[in-house]
Amino acid sequence: MIKLKGIAASGGISIGKVVCWGQEEFVIPHRKISHEDISREIYRLEEALIETRKEISALQKKIGHELGFDHAKIFEAHLLVLEDRVLIEDIIQQIKDKKFNVENAFSQSIKKYVAALLNLNDDYLRERVLDIEDVSRRVLRKLLQKEEMKVENIGEKVVIVAHDLPPSQTINLPKENILGFVTDVGGRTSHTAIIARSLGIPAVVGIEIATKNIKYGDTVIVDGSLGEVIVNPTEKVIKEYKEKVTRYVKDAKLAAPAKPLKAATKDGHEVIISANVELPEELPLVIQAGAEGVGLYRTEYMFMARRELPGEEEQYKAYANVAKKVKPHSVIIRTIDIGGDKFLSRPEVPLEMSPFLGWRAIRFCLAKPELFKTQLRAILRASAEKNVKIMFPMISGVEELRQAKVLLEECKKELKKEGKDFDENISIGTMIEVPSAALTADILAQECDFFSIGTNDLIQYSVAVDRANEKVAYLYEPGHPAVLRLIKSVIEMAHINKIWVGMCGEMAGEPLFALLLLGLGLDEFSMPPPYVPKVKELIRSVSYEEAKILAKKAVSLTTAKEVERFLFEEARKVLGADFERIVMM
Amino acid sequence: MERIEEVVIVKNIHGLHARPASVFVQLANKFDSWVLLEKDGERVDGKSIIAILSLGVHPGANVKLVIEGPDALEAFNELKNFLESGND
Repeated sequence: MIKLKGIAASGGISIGKVVCWGQEEFVIPHRKISHEDISREIYRLEEALIETRKEISALQKKIGHELGFDHAKIFEAHLLVLEDRVLIEDIIQQIKDKKFNVENAFSQSIKKYVAALLNLNDDYLRERVLDIEDVSRRVLRKLLQKEEMKVENIGEKVVIVAHDLPPSQTINLPKENILGFVTDVGGRTSHTAIIARSLGIPAVVGIEIATKNIKYGDTVIVDGSLGEVIVNPTEKVIKEYKEKVTRYVKDAKLAAPAKPLKAATKDGHEVIISANVELPEELPLVIQAGAEGVGLYRTEYMFMARRELPGEEEQYKAYANVAKKVKPHSVIIRTIDIGGDKFLSRPEVPLEMSPFLGWRAIRFCLAKPELFKTQLRAILRASAEKNVKIMFPMISGVEELRQAKVLLEECKKELKKEGKDFDENISIGTMIEVPSAALTADILAQECDFFSIGTNDLIQYSVAVDRANEKVAYLYEPGHPAVLRLIKSVIEMAHINKIWVGMCGEMAGEPLFALLLLGLGLDEFSMPPPYVPKVKELIRSVSYEEAKILAKKAVSLTTAKEVERFLFEEARKVLGADFERIVMM
Repeated sequence: MERIEEVVIVKNIHGLHARPASVFVQLANKFDSWVLLEKDGERVDGKSIIAILSLGVHPGANVKLVIEGPDALEAFNELKNFLESGND
């Protein structure tokens, strides 16, 4: 039994068998073959190609059956790679001339073409590399006689252990079969952590040595609240943890009564507690948690892990579906926020030195008006449901907001001409996540209907810290006086200009900070669904007046540590016996 | 034996990306003739998906179709038609 320490990324405890996830790295044998072996190696190549062809055809049929013929079409390209004359000639030539064994010849040829495709200036085309790599892994598996890894084949719920889980991989995981996530890299706001929290699955990230110490088939306990993973625990330890799980479930039930109630303080100040959503499948969680609508619908997940961008019709259907399901509440749809860590697995943009300061979100969208307008039109059409709001991410100054609004107006005109329905008065929001936007909130407030503060980025930009870099992650502090001052001033500027202000960052879901934000006058708190009941209970347990006094004191402190200690002590006083359950669990 | 060489402007909205490239290769493979595709002086086998992809054909690009063989005319008409069709 060993215990590994990492970052507590998503609360809860689970116990289960391990599946090591990731694109397996094959060890390619290098052999010099003799002249007599040539025909055998070529025969092995042909066999592997035929077998792979069968495998892909079967997969194509299955996907076509389950998801529709359109989805199955992408395999056409895979099949063509298998039959590619240029590629096959090249492999055979290496076997004949260089006397390479077939595995080596195959992987050399693939590498050559992958490098050529990556070299092209056309970035969208680089995506094709994924097809080729996928096919090539299938062929190599045949040549090396390795089985393909599948979670659904295991037939039981498992804990996924991986070096890293990029969005393009998590989206394809069968979520109902996953007990927990454990990764080597990442922090509390990395993609795996966000996904895990939104699905209510325990996760420990940033362990660094997880994949070195955990093997396929091991039993692990994932304690996502403490950030610990216990590998191959003894019977006694398993028993202890099972008791802990029972307690956890019981406490979760205790928090349940707050769900149907309004998020109002003891002295009657009402706020809105809504939920962050990435996939439409999460909507039942949103409703179950008692959230009042969706405060952040991250649309970029629709654009990931796929070969082609979704068209207007597909986007419209997805947005309208979410809008219908959250009624009588509303949904705030954030336009594409692609960039930084949430990238397509083969970026459509060139590799950047500082992606977080680069070509992403609204910058990317304004540069690709056709792509952007497709989304705007889809959102507008969904707004015919009358409960849709739109917001633009990563606005750094009022010009970007104006440009985005011009495009939105163009789309409205087009739709009107086409006789398509939409909400003429759709609310337009600006995300405040860049310090320059926070500092010019008074200007921005005059040209939009609401703000949503994105604290994850706001903190990272204000303190100049890359939150995914373990070496400096300790500097990422929501309680930093600079961050608190920015938030305070944004809320004030919004209220002076008679617009409301929400927050859709991690911070809104942390009970201690929620208390502070309440006191600063925040109107809407949006968070992963599992956090909703607790934050709502917190709001209902305090008075607005005491929260205001507490917030005033907190923003006058000098360090993040002092702020956190102060909030902790104050919350204990204010909440009394409920403190343990609301803040600590 | 026939040989046809002609410059065609690619109107297909995606150029020769992904699906359009697959369709092109599938069409090309129906014929017995040699199909070559040339862009910016580079000439590749039109029956190879990898070769076509590595040519990087954008919408609006000028490409030369070079076709030689027993069914060259038929192949030329069909492939030209596809490249100029403007849909995918």
